[in-house]
Amino acid sequence: MKVNAAGRWVPDEINNHPIIPYQGVGKHIPRGRKAAPPVVSCANYPTDGDKVIPTLRQALKLAGLRDGMTISTHHHFRDGDKLTNQLFDTIADMGVKDIRWFPSASFPCHAPIIKHLESGVVHHIEGSMNGPLGEFCTRGKMKGQGVLRSHGGRYRAVQDGEVHIDIAVIAAPTADPFGNANALYGKSACGSLMFALADSQYADKVIVVTDNLVPFPCIPWQIQGNYVDYVVVMDEIGDPSKIISGTTKVTRSPARLLIAELTARFIKETGIMKDGFSFQAGAGGTSLAFVVYLKRMMQEAGVKAGWVRGGSTKYLVELLEKGLTGAILDGQTFDLDGVRSMRDNPNHVWTSPFTSYSYHGKGHFASMVDVVVLGATEVDTNFNANVVTHSDGVLLHGIGGWQDCLFSKCTILAVPSFRGRIPIIVDRVTTLCGPGELIDVVVTERGIAINPRREDLLEAVRGSSLPIRPIEEIKEEVEKICGGPPVPPKVDKNRVVAAVQWVDGTVIDVVKMKID
Amino acid sequence: MVVNAEVGKKGESSDCWVRLELLPRGGISLKLKSKVGSMYGDSIRGLAKEMMEFFDIENASLEIEDEGALPFALKARIESAVKKCLPSLKKEFLGEVLSENLYGVERDRFRRSRLYVPGDQPRLIINSGLYQPDGIILDLEDSVAPGEKGSARFMVRNALREVDFRGAERMVRINQLPMGLADLEFVVPHGVHTILIPKCEDERTVQEVDAKVQSLQKEYKVKGEIYLMPIIETALGVINAYRIATSSPRVVALTIGLEDFTADIGTERTKAGEESRLARQTVVLAARAAGIQPIDSVYSDLADEEGLQESVREAKALGFEGKGCIHPSQIRIIHQGFAPTEREIEWAKRVSMALAKAQQEGKGVVALGNKMIDPPVVKRAERILKLAMLNGQLSADWKGREDES
Repeated sequence: MKVNAAGRWVPDEINNHPIIPYQGVGKHIPRGRKAAPPVVSCANYPTDGDKVIPTLRQALKLAGLRDGMTISTHHHFRDGDKLTNQLFDTIADMGVKDIRWFPSASFPCHAPIIKHLESGVVHHIEGSMNGPLGEFCTRGKMKGQGVLRSHGGRYRAVQDGEVHIDIAVIAAPTADPFGNANALYGKSACGSLMFALADSQYADKVIVVTDNLVPFPCIPWQIQGNYVDYVVVMDEIGDPSKIISGTTKVTRSPARLLIAELTARFIKETGIMKDGFSFQAGAGGTSLAFVVYLKRMMQEAGVKAGWVRGGSTKYLVELLEKGLTGAILDGQTFDLDGVRSMRDNPNHVWTSPFTSYSYHGKGHFASMVDVVVLGATEVDTNFNANVVTHSDGVLLHGIGGWQDCLFSKCTILAVPSFRGRIPIIVDRVTTLCGPGELIDVVVTERGIAINPRREDLLEAVRGSSLPIRPIEEIKEEVEKICGGPPVPPKVDKNRVVAAVQWVDGTVIDVVKMKID
Repeated sequence: MVVNAEVGKKGESSDCWVRLELLPRGGISLKLKSKVGSMYGDSIRGLAKEMMEFFDIENASLEIEDEGALPFALKARIESAVKKCLPSLKKEFLGEVLSENLYGVERDRFRRSRLYVPGDQPRLIINSGLYQPDGIILDLEDSVAPGEKGSARFMVRNALREVDFRGAERMVRINQLPMGLADLEFVVPHGVHTILIPKCEDERTVQEVDAKVQSLQKEYKVKGEIYLMPIIETALGVINAYRIATSSPRVVALTIGLEDFTADIGTERTKAGEESRLARQTVVLAARAAGIQPIDSVYSDLADEEGLQESVREAKALGFEGKGCIHPSQIRIIHQGFAPTEREIEWAKRVSMALAKAQQEGKGVVALGNKMIDPPVVKRAERILKLAMLNGQLSADWKGREDES
């Protein structure tokens, strides 16, 4: 065990591999060359381009599936994913064990994976662990240790050779027999397939699974067939009603509406909202409300954004169609308006974790965004924040693009000051995911706290009617309401169940086994 | 002896369900199931134990199912269960009054918006001050189910003491008499500013409330004024509006409840509101004649922002000074609707300057151009300026700025 640059104890090894402790923002400089997949030859692939294999089981067999391999999947279908569970049922049926599952994210629909974790088919998960999987892992029931990475961190890990994918299984709403695939058409259309980009480029074997096989050429190809080994057609790989999730509704909670409005006003009154500016907000109810307020303010002031970053929804599409933004650079698409716009509007472009987020590239979009609005489960008085566990220490969310987005010119956490009875502002976050030096503003319904490092922002709001308050003051008020700070979770100090990586692959914190 | 009581609802977020059973022996057994158990379990158990000791309960089984209730709500639910078992118990388990809540309100303060909050829903109470309504009504009447009335009293009492209302006028709508008189014991000693009396039909109702308020103020040595706001909700109430408005010096405003009123006169409430126009105008006249504020009913279609805007415009035109709100999102629209127009502000500034000039010159008569200005006009101008300053439409030192220019 050693203490990393953020003051957190981290082990020497995770899953028996040595780790690099977090060194500070921009401090760890990588060396060496990128990973590379094996050289292959057209001589070994059908000259007519038909790579269709009758069943997933046969494709896995042809791909050389065996014990201990790393299998990747992707969360483009969100909670409507029907492929991953079928995939692991098949792997179990083939008698294979100790798989490292490397999803780009997991959802509550993946709870059935627990039985494969219990039986030893899956050894451990490297990816987000939500809901039942998070509970399972936090209770120390997983054979190996979990590793949590951001979207950019996942791309980077594959590119750097930190994670070698043996078989990538890509669920594609539309594909042709050659393996070209997109997510713009078909009953499971979900926008883009870019979370699978690294997998297609670097995995040893790539299987595309589709429920909508079209004749060559599948246009446009988001995933290039030249990377693909096998194509499998299945009846049902997604549930369209859950792919377009119910989370994309503007909140009706008055407190959250207030947070959203204060956030928009902050951006306006600091002068960040000006012609040509850029912003990113997620698809949660508060973020959507924020976009609605900001749009109104932009219209009133006659301001147009240069570009905005998705997760796109109909609210961003409206901005684009009304000429209030020049472009949408979209990481994932949350509703059908978003899918339609991406398909039809040349200024609505899909981006990948490589272009947007990966820290080991020649720059990334994230740092060019003027302002980003994010959530968090906890934030401390030094603006360090948590996004993976709640104060009870149980893994509940993935990192998503959250860490990557912190590099924006102004990072705002828009959060309620307490949830139920649990204060959000604490002395020390349960799990550290983002360093305070990158977090500039915390907007709550009880006031806006600005990181004292950002003297420019403090200066910009001087004299405004915004409720600017020291973060300690909001914390004290909320603790009074909630009856004191939450008691930290009881954990087994010697049992690390998961590691949280920083964007550069160093370990910023760990999650320990909960024991009450 | 077996006495038991249940209060609260299971599964209600930010609230809790409590069951208390008094037993002849066996000490206190506590069964706690809490959504925030790992973080606040010890705190909840400590509170439960403290309250059992406070109420001298030595043998009982206490079950709590908690969905993250805040302390003021937990205390209210537990005490309510105790008092259901032991109705003659006089002792009260009171939290400290929040220092932020030690403020009074002026008799003629602005009452543009008053936000109704169900008195038994702690989740909605806790943030109500954040939306900056002029008044917050903790409701014990229509929004509380009959079975929850008792428990709601403790919730409202604790909220008045422990929830930060951020400068809003703390109002409570009591139940119809005689139940409403008993409600007063839970609010008068605990920092209420204004009591809303529902379904007021004559001056006697107001006077009964007035007398009870007075005796409670004396008994509990309550400092500060407590005001009354009768709600007229029947044809008879409208007919008696002036007598109600003048029934007690505590009455500061008169309002009308249109849902019940339209039912009482045998019709339906419409958006245009033709059916209640005479009644609303009667309320305005009665209130103005009595020198108090006329306040309009609520607008109940939450989704219809434009309808609300129109309704506020109409209310202002009729002479009303405020409207009720059933959701925080209505507050801003109402404040905007009652905000003085540029033209009104300019006029009020001219009146104010003319007044200052007359005073400077020692003249008894104020004139604007060749028009004489009487005291009611001056008063209206002053109120417009005050509201403009409150809204940030006019800076507090506007006179100095005018002189410079």
